[in-house]
Amino acid sequence: MSTLAVHDHAGAHHDEHGHEHHHDQSFLSKYVFSMDHKMIAKQFLITGITMAVIAMILSILFRIQLAYPDKTFPLLTTLLGRFAPNGRISPDFYLALVTIHGTIMVFFVLTAGLSGTFANLLIPLQVGARDMASPFMNMLSYWFFFLASVIMLSSFFVQKGPASGGWTIYPPLSALPKAMPGSGEGMTLWLISMVLFVASSLMGGINYVSTVLNMRTKGMDLWKMPLTIWALFLTAILGILAFPVLVAGVVLLIFDRSVGTSFYLSDIVLNGVQQPFEGGSPILFQHLFWFLGHPEVYIVIMPAMGISSEVMSVNSRKPIFGYHAMVYSLIGITVLSFIVWGHHMFVTGMNPFLGGVFMITTLIIAVPSAVKTFNWLATLWRGNIRFTPAMLFAIGMVSFFISGGLTGIFLGNATLDINLHDTYFVVAHFHLVMGSAAIFGMLAGVYHWFPKMFGRMMDEKLGYLHFWLTFICAYLVFFPMHFMGLDGVPRRYYAFTEFASMQKWLTINTFVTWAAIIAALTQFGFLYNFFVSIFKGQKATQNPWESNTLEWTTPVEHLHGNWPGEIPTVYRWPYDYSKPGAEEDYIPQTVPYSQTMSSNLPHDFEDNPAGLEELNKFTSTLKANEQVK
Amino acid sequence: MLLGTNLLMAQTAAGAAPGQEEAPKVDWTGIAYYVLIFFLICLGVAIVGKILKIYDLTLKMQGKKGIKWNTVMAVICIVFLFVGLYGAYWSFTEQGSMTLPEAASAHGVKIDEMFTVTTVLTMIVFFVTQILLFTFLFQYRHSDKRRAHFLPHNNTIEKVWTIAPAIVLTILVVFGFFTWQKIMNSENLKDDINIDVTGHQFAWELRYPGKDGVLGPKDFRLVTGANLLGVNFKKKSSFDDLKVDTMYLPVNKSIRLNILAQDVIHSVYMPHFRVQLNAVPGLPTFFKFTPTITTAEMRTKLDDPKFEYTLYCNKICGGSHYNMQKVVRVVSEAEYQSWLSRQKPYLNDALRKELHFAAANNEQSGASTNRLALNN
Ligand code: HEM
Ligand SMILES: [Cu+2]
Ligand SMILES: [Cu+2]
Repeated sequence: MSTLAVHDHAGAHHDEHGHEHHHDQSFLSKYVFSMDHKMIAKQFLITGITMAVIAMILSILFRIQLAYPDKTFPLLTTLLGRFAPNGRISPDFYLALVTIHGTIMVFFVLTAGLSGTFANLLIPLQVGARDMASPFMNMLSYWFFFLASVIMLSSFFVQKGPASGGWTIYPPLSALPKAMPGSGEGMTLWLISMVLFVASSLMGGINYVSTVLNMRTKGMDLWKMPLTIWALFLTAILGILAFPVLVAGVVLLIFDRSVGTSFYLSDIVLNGVQQPFEGGSPILFQHLFWFLGHPEVYIVIMPAMGISSEVMSVNSRKPIFGYHAMVYSLIGITVLSFIVWGHHMFVTGMNPFLGGVFMITTLIIAVPSAVKTFNWLATLWRGNIRFTPAMLFAIGMVSFFISGGLTGIFLGNATLDINLHDTYFVVAHFHLVMGSAAIFGMLAGVYHWFPKMFGRMMDEKLGYLHFWLTFICAYLVFFPMHFMGLDGVPRRYYAFTEFASMQKWLTINTFVTWAAIIAALTQFGFLYNFFVSIFKGQKATQNPWESNTLEWTTPVEHLHGNWPGEIPTVYRWPYDYSKPGAEEDYIPQTVPYSQTMSSNLPHDFEDNPAGLEELNKFTSTLKANEQVK
Repeated sequence: MLLGTNLLMAQTAAGAAPGQEEAPKVDWTGIAYYVLIFFLICLGVAIVGKILKIYDLTLKMQGKKGIKWNTVMAVICIVFLFVGLYGAYWSFTEQGSMTLPEAASAHGVKIDEMFTVTTVLTMIVFFVTQILLFTFLFQYRHSDKRRAHFLPHNNTIEKVWTIAPAIVLTILVVFGFFTWQKIMNSENLKDDINIDVTGHQFAWELRYPGKDGVLGPKDFRLVTGANLLGVNFKKKSSFDDLKVDTMYLPVNKSIRLNILAQDVIHSVYMPHFRVQLNAVPGLPTFFKFTPTITTAEMRTKLDDPKFEYTLYCNKICGGSHYNMQKVVRVVSEAEYQSWLSRQKPYLNDALRKELHFAAANNEQSGASTNRLALNN
């Protein structure tokens, strides 16, 4: 039914615009207000990459401040004007930089950029649908995201600068415009931007969930879906359930700021002046924020996990090890991630018993994470590994996830968190597990599905260079930070010059800054590769990675509706790589068992007795034949 | 390249020094120099890329297979493993030795023990998994002659590696839970030393109780220029309270920090004692601990005559968040008492005047001041 609807809609376009251009669609409806999921995916990706580059440049700016706290850089004044008087970034602007860097990276790059790109691209293509359940809402989702991005960036142009209370915007700091310059208009813009962002994310998420549930092609039951789809599907559910809570928190904050309510405020004396607020609780905001905030970190990592699983299976030429365990651990993470948010609040003054409970739930969530890691390792074991750039990034994702996940076990232990909370140890933890692992998952996806998106290949050698430099530099940047945290060095400090005990870290800070600069410059290599390959890359073949999943059965040239004829039927799971007895080392999902008698296993027919009988007959005749010989 | 920076820094610093009033001049040549270096590197990469391509082509023309990139990557993986392992070791020894000294509080010792156990367990997992990851990559690199081993699942081993981490984590959770409860729920003792720590932008205010050992109550409505904390002088216990500048603590005595913030959230962080608790406006909290090592002892231990314990803010609170500190000195009981006897009362002359003034006003006339007093 839905297939039909999409056809109709494509037809309508034809009627409207067909005579204006040689193409089916006008430029506007093809490239701008497109309702084709593949185009929307590209819009999300390119906007996400743009935002990532901006956030990366912000991070280099504040890294320079940390490495050279006493030096002046007149160029900064030229570039930033009042925000960097006398060649040095001002303390308030430093905080604005870390705030906007964090906000953009977490929400605009790793949520919208990652899920937006790959859910849009892969869900219809991998489940076998002609488009999303609601292409119109899908388009709105992108444009809300775009608007949110523009508003977030516009806050650099207001008088007092962007929001600067940290990406977690805890009130009262964010609620009292007089508490810091960034809590003025900058904060207002941040809040507006986030409301639009959540709207975008909800429209996207509802689409993803309904498409996965209702529009799978014939034969594609849930247990035949690739892990990318499972991950994106569960991510969307997480987002739908968690993001509204952020809106609730944000709306109450808007009330406190503009209407004079006291949801989060109480007993405040600011600069010697009593404020009229009574009875509110700043902790309430933290509960609401982290009720989203923790699921959010899994919203960020789960698509990366799904992408890495798929890419690693394809390029090891081996089925993903423990497909069911992989799905169940994703489900486990999804459910558990709703009941661990309090681990961000162990030392806020929250009831200590609650802290104890959250510690228990938090360490439980480490179990599914561990299972996934071991399963990835087992997938590589005795594989036949091809090192495409995508594969390297997927491997990097696993390495970072191990390194960063393990420090989560320290932080999840409330007792240890007393001394680690808000130090560089936390910075190291989440940059490895999110800033590195999730970004690498995203890059793996970009390299792997670039041929699907643009019909051309990216340059492999440049991809290798990109991977190794980024991989090494990311470790150089984040590994030493653990030790700074263990020395009690706090995050979000403008300079470490005021403390005798922290000055010894200056050399490390300089080292880290230079590693970060090299990593950042390396990304220009990626950008070059990406944009040049869109136009000049080698033409892609239909299935360049010899992969089993459905998206590679569509033609290289995009068409609205994905498959020229009927949507193919699915007969098997997506991971029949290197099956003994098969001709090739991969068997696409569209190949029925009847065509692969020599490689079928009894296991393939667990819920199909007729097929099993067929197989038994086949094997017995085979045996009989052999005996005759 | 790093040398170049120093040069640039020196130049810009020199350029900025003489005319402090006028805007510092941008050193365009220095910047051009950097841009040039960047382009040279890009050019180098491009040239190497071309050479590789040509080499690859000639190999192919000679009927050979071309560069085996899979093997190259596999070799880099294994090299990375060894270099990375050494790097991790180096970081552990070099930067690891720059971390906090042993805990200077009773509960801190327990935290450190737990930290050590967690570190050992997690580092075993870290090294084993990373080594497996990169050796697998090397060992199972692509070969046309081989096929991967078709292994979709193995329920036994999957059960093992679900249950094993579950057991280890349960152990950590159980110990963590009980230690946490003990640290956070310690009972109030009679001879606890109560210290009032109040955060505001951007300083900490410290108040000690007087002889009665009781801190007078506070109310934010009473805050004035002279009564920064809003101490309520309707209560007797307030009169002997002391306002202090450095936090002196007697060694081996139970300390109770009473923590509050006035404007935004701050965080009382005393890492040497493994103490941290947020200071939240409207939500008074407390943290109890017992310092066990005096400042003097720590100085000899660390061989650093200038060492000081510090208390600093660890929750983003505005522009000067990075400089919101107090010195903490742990001393013997005798030193503590003599220091205490030298501290000035919170109720200083200015405040006396202010309160008297209000009281006098109150007697003479004015319903307005009366209302203010009632509010108190
Ligand atoms: C192995 C499971 C994990 C555990 C047990 C864990 C535990 C924790 C804990 C307890 C904190 C709070 C630390 C503090 O503020 O004192 C934290 C912070 C954080 N974690 Fe994790 N984590 C895990 C995995 C992840 C993953 C997979 C991600 C993201 C992809 C992530 C992202 C973050 C972020 C962004 C923060 C810092 C938030 C902030 O304060 O700005 N964590 N983690
Ligand atoms: Cu969390
Ligand atoms: Cu503070």
